[in-house]
Amino acid sequence: MAEELSKPFDKSAMTLQERAEHSKETRIQIISFAFMIGLTVLSFLAVGTEVLATGFVVPFILLLGVIQFFLQLFYFMHLKDKDHGWPNMLFSSGLVLSAPVVISLILLLGIVKW
Amino acid sequence: MATAAATQTKNKSVLWDWLTTVDHKKLAVLYLIAGTLFFVKAGVMAVLIRIQLMTAENDLISGQVFNELITMHGTIMLFLAATPLLFGFMNFAIPLQIGARDVALPFINALGFWIFFFGGLLLSMSWFFGGGADAGWTAYVPLSTREFTGSGMDFYALGLQVSGFGTLISGINFIVTIINMRAPGMTMMRMPLFCWTGLIMSILIVVAFTPLAAGLALLMLDRLFMGQFFIPDYGGNAILWAHIFWIFGHPEVYILIMPAFGIISEVVPAFSRKRLFGYSAMVFAVILIAFLSFMVWVHHMFTIGIGPITNSVFALATMTIAVPTGIKIFNWLFTMWGGKITFNTAMLCASSFVPTFVLGGITGVMLSMAPVDYLYHDTYFVVAHFHYVIIGGIVFGLIAGLHYWYPKMFGHMLNETLGKITFWLLYIGFHLTFFIQHILGLIGMQRRIYTYMSGQGLETMNMVSTIGSFVMSAAIILLVVNIVYSAFTSERITVRDPWDARTLEWSTPTPIPEYNFAQIPQVRSLDPWFYEKVHGDGKMKPSEPLKDIHMPNGSILPFLMALGLFIWGFGMVMINMDVPTVVTGIVIAVGFIMTFGTMVLHSKEDHGYYIPLERVKKIEKEVG
Amino acid sequence: MADHVDVSQGLPAEPHRATLEGKNKFLAMWCFLTGETIMFATFFGTFLGLRHQTAGGPALADLVALPLVFFMTMLLLTSSLTSVLGILAMKKNNFKAMRNYFVITVLLGFGFIGCEIYEFYHYYHAGLGYTTSAFASSFYTLVGLHGFHVLFGLGWIITLLSRYWNAGVTLTNAHKFYAASLYWHFIDVIWVFIFTVVYLLAAGGA
Repeated sequence: MAEELSKPFDKSAMTLQERAEHSKETRIQIISFAFMIGLTVLSFLAVGTEVLATGFVVPFILLLGVIQFFLQLFYFMHLKDKDHGWPNMLFSSGLVLSAPVVISLILLLGIVKW
Repeated sequence: MATAAATQTKNKSVLWDWLTTVDHKKLAVLYLIAGTLFFVKAGVMAVLIRIQLMTAENDLISGQVFNELITMHGTIMLFLAATPLLFGFMNFAIPLQIGARDVALPFINALGFWIFFFGGLLLSMSWFFGGGADAGWTAYVPLSTREFTGSGMDFYALGLQVSGFGTLISGINFIVTIINMRAPGMTMMRMPLFCWTGLIMSILIVVAFTPLAAGLALLMLDRLFMGQFFIPDYGGNAILWAHIFWIFGHPEVYILIMPAFGIISEVVPAFSRKRLFGYSAMVFAVILIAFLSFMVWVHHMFTIGIGPITNSVFALATMTIAVPTGIKIFNWLFTMWGGKITFNTAMLCASSFVPTFVLGGITGVMLSMAPVDYLYHDTYFVVAHFHYVIIGGIVFGLIAGLHYWYPKMFGHMLNETLGKITFWLLYIGFHLTFFIQHILGLIGMQRRIYTYMSGQGLETMNMVSTIGSFVMSAAIILLVVNIVYSAFTSERITVRDPWDARTLEWSTPTPIPEYNFAQIPQVRSLDPWFYEKVHGDGKMKPSEPLKDIHMPNGSILPFLMALGLFIWGFGMVMINMDVPTVVTGIVIAVGFIMTFGTMVLHSKEDHGYYIPLERVKKIEKEVG
Repeated sequence: MADHVDVSQGLPAEPHRATLEGKNKFLAMWCFLTGETIMFATFFGTFLGLRHQTAGGPALADLVALPLVFFMTMLLLTSSLTSVLGILAMKKNNFKAMRNYFVITVLLGFGFIGCEIYEFYHYYHAGLGYTTSAFASSFYTLVGLHGFHVLFGLGWIITLLSRYWNAGVTLTNAHKFYAASLYWHFIDVIWVFIFTVVYLLAAGGA
């Protein structure tokens, strides 16, 4: 058994259906990459052109960042795939617990009393 | 463990075997030994603290040394004694309880132990280089910044950073083990509660030790590289540290108490001869406590004056924790209710845990009320509160677990008479020491003072408290005596199940072969071993045929990698010492290269080895 | 630990999770990333809490060159795509393509590190030293820690590439490459927040 673990294969065991899904997956990944590029360009433009009001730009780029964040997680890091229940659970609890950390460090350090 | 040793030490010396082992049962023993050593060290410090406070205006110990003692006592007890002792039991019991041959990542398991151990050594090195850390275990800035403290705090920052990393990867290993390595039929809701609490504790480690790593990194950068995080001169903020520390610090106490809850939940049903009352409510309560523990850290900082809304929100959240904890307390009581209770040492500890922990919990709710906290804050009331939770909770849990699992771990029982004397001494000594500290706090004695004036009504109660600490020390000494005495006089245990218990670890032969289960068992119910004893033929149903068993190879790399981190950490501390920069640079580089070099070496493939079928059959015949 | 893997038909479709060891490493990697998330959250919180504390020194808005940041973002984003494509090639047992994709990933990663060093050098000479202000310390720590993660990821991928340069896809190295690529994506995910919260927020005047 141990030898088989470090032995390369001369072919893939993918079935025809798996092959079709695989090329579909490749297409999806490239499309999501295009989306991410678009989101990035959009947020840089929103800031760089300086035509939009600050009060609008800040939530706008944060929103774009969050969208891109989830695109990365679910597509590039495959969280959307099946058999990812535990990673989803772990990572989302990490996110839920990160939120109060960031929020409190932003709000509760200054001289403003909450 | 004689057989286990016989099969693994083919050509290895004993020392080499223990340095390179990746067997979870041996690592459990290593954790217990290391944890006990640190426990004794910090315990001696505690006795010194109490002797200093025995009489008014005592000048046995200077204020500086007193500060070092309380800091190191707290730090060592939490990070280097309680955590590894609990890890020891988790390492031993969790793979057995879920029916696995080993943890998921045996190499990481060994690595975690050695990194923790060398981190602890690094922290302890401070005594030889100008005195221990002295800013309290919370290391509040600005007291802990470069202006006010010496290299002790550098050792604190680096030592905890290193040992915290070891704890983190051990925690990851436990999560993966519990999720991936369960035997067929062992669904999540059939797992023993000790595994559940172990899982939740490990998740808390992953999410709480990483903010600590961040905080310690900031402290280190501030101290060694003149960062500006905490000192207000250039815009730094002292509250920042308090937040980050308690974001970690509050979950930390739940990290410690969770496995103790688990041990109690194993011991109480076993010696009440009843299944655990309200199993699913217990699981739910554990998850809820873990979640809430992350939402309450500001209750350590009420008096900083963050503001009324914040204080109210966090006070409410804190009080909420009493609900799931209450669920657990009542479930333990109902488990005992109507059971056929055997009061041996383990059960004495487990059952006395319940009222003691309730006392600690009630003072906790008192402290959670923000307005009243202004009165309690920084007094001995707080000291009494957290010692009730930690000793009344964790130490009683640990001693219960020790007596409960000892026959399975070492093949013989601990002496019951000595055990019961230990328990009563500890129980009486503990309440003598700490109950009176509530009152001391309420009449105004502050924490962390190294002496007090006479004529303020503090002498008698402090004397009582110190006497209590002597009684507790006697109990711990007696425990050690018991371990040595039993090793020589106790009869060897040859039966699988000396307690007539319920969970899967008692279905393995004693001593346990290194592969735990010759055939991975098929689990058919909660408390699977009890189920087979009542509904089956008293043996676990196998889920696979007997065949060659795959085992991981031992490796010295974990030891070397941890040693590399130790050297690196020491080199970092040297930045603030009076040594040439070149020397410091060389030490840092050596440690760095050693750590990453061993990582590269580890990328070499190692597929482990197989124990052939004949050998498995032979071992099974010997132990069966 | 490779019990019950059917290898008679060739490389399994999910080679990184075909063995128990692969499954364990996969989950361990996700646990680790969960921890990293909170650690970075703490550093982000520190930065956001301290970012106005410039103590008379330069602020990021005075220094930042958005085109450079945009270029760095593109480098890292593209390297993330190439490592995805590498993993997709791995699943098809196309080792050469995977190797090439990972080599491109490494090159792009080095490009990113080069830009970052240039950027820090530039800021330093514009008067923003590490000890200048609380803002400076927290900025360099957050972005520098991300840079260190990039370096570590590069070291990781290079080690794997050199160890397995001619090995082909095996059941042992598949999960190693997969874990490295997960780590690499995570670095990219962190960068999304860095360019948004650190650079764009400063340049946007918030």
